[in-house]
Amino acid sequence: MWEADKAMDRETLEQALIARHGAENQKKFAAASVGVAGLGGLGSHIAVLLARLGVGRLVLADFDRVDVTNLHRQHYFLPHLGQYKTEALVQQLRQINPWLDYEVHTCKVSADNACTLFRGCQVVCEAFDKAEEKAMLVSTLLAGLPDTTVVAGSGMGGTGSANAIRTQKAMGRLYLCGDGESDIALGQGLMAPRVAVCASHQATMVMRLLLGKSEP
Amino acid sequence: MLQVNGEPLNRTGLNTVRDLLDQKGWKADQVAVELNGTILRREDFSTIRLSDGDKLEVVRFVGGG
Repeated sequence: MWEADKAMDRETLEQALIARHGAENQKKFAAASVGVAGLGGLGSHIAVLLARLGVGRLVLADFDRVDVTNLHRQHYFLPHLGQYKTEALVQQLRQINPWLDYEVHTCKVSADNACTLFRGCQVVCEAFDKAEEKAMLVSTLLAGLPDTTVVAGSGMGGTGSANAIRTQKAMGRLYLCGDGESDIALGQGLMAPRVAVCASHQATMVMRLLLGKSEP
Repeated sequence: MLQVNGEPLNRTGLNTVRDLLDQKGWKADQVAVELNGTILRREDFSTIRLSDGDKLEVVRFVGGG
């Protein structure tokens, strides 16, 4: 079993983050609390990016297990097959930064539990698959957590240009990333590069919000 | 008149938020709706009455993630 504290010490890793990100920025990332709802194609990549930033507390929720049909676009490997996504992902995140606070919830996120799960998060990323679930989560969090901003993904299917994917401010506390149109229901598939572009848009907006930048 | 996603819209025949969604062909379970700055719960779409001057933002989601 690989052991983090034998490979690296906390001070050295934190100094490396400060060297690359700047001390002021790193202080804000380290103090932040961010949620990711759904750990599939969007959420697994978002979580990896936020762990690399050194976001102090990550709240990660998903009910599902890693399946062979996930490997084409989600941040999991063959040895993870059958494991809960929460556990498979945190294993990886601990190898990026073992000193962040990872709070995992292996359960289905619903209108009844969403606000309890993500209370205290400055920002929550919506990273579900189905349009109905996306709408449910966004409405529930915006209505129930008045101090939380939501960054959602909508429209990253198919083989269209990466340039069609963008970030926009849709409501006071809602940012929307994606092309807004390419629905999986259209049968055009979901491809790793385009899904990862959308995930990067979401993670970039989170980064900006944590630094006090509200423009998309 | 209503304002929907920044565009003016005649309110004739639109009594509730649900009426607006139906007229636009937007599925109620795939949208988030903000009315005059307040997020609405889905179960209230059919009961909240629309008035002249109301400003609505309707975000529609498509699947994939």
